[in-house]
Amino acid sequence: MSTLHTVNKSPFERNSLDSCLSVAAEGATVLLIEDAVGGALQNTAVASTVSDAMGKGVKFAVLGEDLRARGLSAERVIDGISVVDYAGFVQLACDHDNVQNWL
Amino acid sequence: MSDTKTFVYMNRKAPYGTVYALESLEVVLIGAAFEQNVKLVFMDDGVYQLTKNQDTDGIGMKNFSKTYSALGDYDVNQIYVCEQSLKDRGLTLDDLQELTYEDEDDDWAEKSSIHLVSRDQIAEIVGSADVLLNF
Repeated sequence: MSTLHTVNKSPFERNSLDSCLSVAAEGATVLLIEDAVGGALQNTAVASTVSDAMGKGVKFAVLGEDLRARGLSAERVIDGISVVDYAGFVQLACDHDNVQNWL
Repeated sequence: MSDTKTFVYMNRKAPYGTVYALESLEVVLIGAAFEQNVKLVFMDDGVYQLTKNQDTDGIGMKNFSKTYSALGDYDVNQIYVCEQSLKDRGLTLDDLQELTYEDEDDDWAEKSSIHLVSRDQIAEIVGSADVLLNF
């Protein structure tokens, strides 16, 4: 069983990403969308949290449309995080058994 | 005007995910018509509101970021950005759009409206408020 976790709350404001990562298992994917996309950038206060989770086998993706809307360049995303579009979002949902939304 | 008050607007939310940023901007623009002393503070996720190169075509929402550049024309030129909030988000002043105004007391010289501030300075700005509005 693999799960796609979607997080849409800012990791600088809420604990949604921390809660998500506390239960995300190896092989799971965390997709950052909406207000959460800032967590995908390099050199932030949460970058080590994301990197640590990646080291434990959790994959990360971020929605490119939401990055662009906020003026954040895909080039500044942490190495290893894939930037996906809406079609990629759908594909991720199809590739996993379940989708958990961390509202 | 004899009864000028200091209005401080606290902006702490990222744009687009919630409506706070847009609502704040609209209230600021409405309030600007009353010729009051206006200060805008951007801290926490509010600093995302001022990033340059915002492109909302992909999310189907109105890009209101260009409106901030009109604030200088409404004499809204005291814009304070929390330096620590930028740093926490991997951002610098270079990531923000340039916001300027023409200083009528200095031969209409074009000056930046944006000032990087510490949390202590934000406390002073909040303390200076006659009217404090939070978004």
